[in-house]
Amino acid sequence: MTTTSPAAPAAAPTAVPPAAHHVGFGHLMLAEWTKIRSVRSTVWTLLLFVVLTVGFTALFTWLTASNWTSGTNAATRDATITANPVGFILGAGIGLGQLTICVLGVLVITSEYSTGVIRSSLLAVPKRQPMLAAKGAVFGLLILVIAEIIAFASFFLGSAILHSHVPVAISDQNVLRSVLGAGLYLAVLGLFALSVGLLIRHTAAGITTVIGIVLVLPILSGLLPGSWGAHINAYLPEQAGSLVYSAHRTSDQLLSAWQGFGVFCLWTAVLLVAGAYLLQRRDA
Amino acid sequence: MIEARDLTKRYGDKTAVDHLSFKVEAGRVTGFLGPNGAGKSTTMRLILGLDRPQGGSATIDGRPYTDLPQPLRTVGALLEAKAMHPGRSAYNHLLFLAQTQGLPRSRVDHVLDLVGLREVARKRTGQYSLGMGQRVGIAVAMLGDPDVLLLDEPVNGLDPEGILWIRNLMKQLAAEGRTIFVSSHLMNEMAVTADHLIVIGRGKLIADCSTQEFIERSSDKYVLVRSPDATRLAGLIAAEGGKAEPQPADNGGSGLLRVTDMDAARIGELAAADRVVLHELTPRLASLEEAYMELTADSSEYGAGAAPAALPADGAAPATSEPATTSASTTGQDSQ
Repeated sequence: MTTTSPAAPAAAPTAVPPAAHHVGFGHLMLAEWTKIRSVRSTVWTLLLFVVLTVGFTALFTWLTASNWTSGTNAATRDATITANPVGFILGAGIGLGQLTICVLGVLVITSEYSTGVIRSSLLAVPKRQPMLAAKGAVFGLLILVIAEIIAFASFFLGSAILHSHVPVAISDQNVLRSVLGAGLYLAVLGLFALSVGLLIRHTAAGITTVIGIVLVLPILSGLLPGSWGAHINAYLPEQAGSLVYSAHRTSDQLLSAWQGFGVFCLWTAVLLVAGAYLLQRRDA
Repeated sequence: MIEARDLTKRYGDKTAVDHLSFKVEAGRVTGFLGPNGAGKSTTMRLILGLDRPQGGSATIDGRPYTDLPQPLRTVGALLEAKAMHPGRSAYNHLLFLAQTQGLPRSRVDHVLDLVGLREVARKRTGQYSLGMGQRVGIAVAMLGDPDVLLLDEPVNGLDPEGILWIRNLMKQLAAEGRTIFVSSHLMNEMAVTADHLIVIGRGKLIADCSTQEFIERSSDKYVLVRSPDATRLAGLIAAEGGKAEPQPADNGGSGLLRVTDMDAARIGELAAADRVVLHELTPRLASLEEAYMELTADSSEYGAGAAPAALPADGAAPATSEPATTSASTTGQDSQ
């Protein structure tokens, strides 16, 4: 097809593209990786995640350690921490750090809609769902790797600070599962946010919705009376999912750590499937 | 080749594309004309599988776009300027697209050279001008060295040099045997670029014919005659079946007549036979723009009608209605 026409030398395409070979899922993942790494907001948001998570782990454990047995309700607080030190250490950083993952998950997809890149993406992959699958895989893996590193870093930092009051080791019961679970929780949370972004296709509305589900719904459902209120609360995405990074199991807990994580994965899967369906159906 | 068959797209109760059928042949530049809101962009999005039609279908070389395994190697599209992340460089935008098609990095460098953006390709596109953004869009379209190109308003934001460049590029690509489908609302640009025209108004086909035919069939064919003895000449023309209307004096001149229904040769013969002095005898053809304005004015007037066939009902412009009649008969068969 390509010729070296002398008519318009500046415009003549001269390079013949290579013969078409099979384009697989790996190519799509490579493309999604290029998209993620080539935008500054990704890098900044991930940096913020690292700083917030590690920073608040250090801050909260240090404040607690230096005020041990002092202050109001100190006895209850200290008892809770002693019963579940790994849950306290990880929860301190993740509680805030997870918000950056929510933002990033939404942004990864809504920024394509707000900038019009989605049309380029879908012209390149007109079947659409392979593009979403590649995006989910790359983003999920990226968050998993970073979150696991940060989870281990936070645990060792926090346990070192708390050591004199509550010694906790990675070999203690359920501790390794909790630390690994923290990374898993954050990776699934990223996909959860991505799904919401895909459904809403609007950055501000998407972020507001995810933060509402993660932060506000548990508080509201906590106000519901009776056992059905407790059940609703237990099965909320964040409430269920966060069990996996907490070693301790209280007597009134409705779900085990892995059951809770399963519920969270189910929420995410349902939203992802709904998003994939709408991606296929809607005009881009 | 691009083929649309009975394409229909409604947004709510507004019909953007209304039973549209046409073919875009390879080896020539086909202009896609219509006023703003006529449905040009929607039609392109339907062809490219971005929007779903309520009825009909569109194929590229016989297959729906969504069935193409590596679509960018077959079809290149420029839909709108700056459909890019402002924080991402043009290089990375092209790179991720190349990766989806299994194309090497050298293709990215090649198309950046083609559009003359290699030096600035590593800058974030948010810093680009409209014209530079448009060039990136053209680089995207050319990335897979496709046989079919769909360009929506490609000269938007380009400077005169850029316009000339893209005009030559389109002609050259068509000469290589590729299918070039280019939309525009700039008629004079299309007059010098397009070999063939598809004109739509309110989502319906108005004309599907060669550019030359489109202009020639315009009813606005007339002869300008200037004579110091204009009144007598007007009488002679009228007696022979022509229509001569005195024109308002311009540039201090006078005796200007606008003659229709008679060609310049016959007017000259009449004047010579009766020894009328002529100062000017100019056959005038409507420009593409005038022909287009006339057609689309009709289309707004009859836009609510059922088919393009409604156009010939406008008795005042029988000549311009012809392309519409032709297209209605050629495409009408496909629409069933």
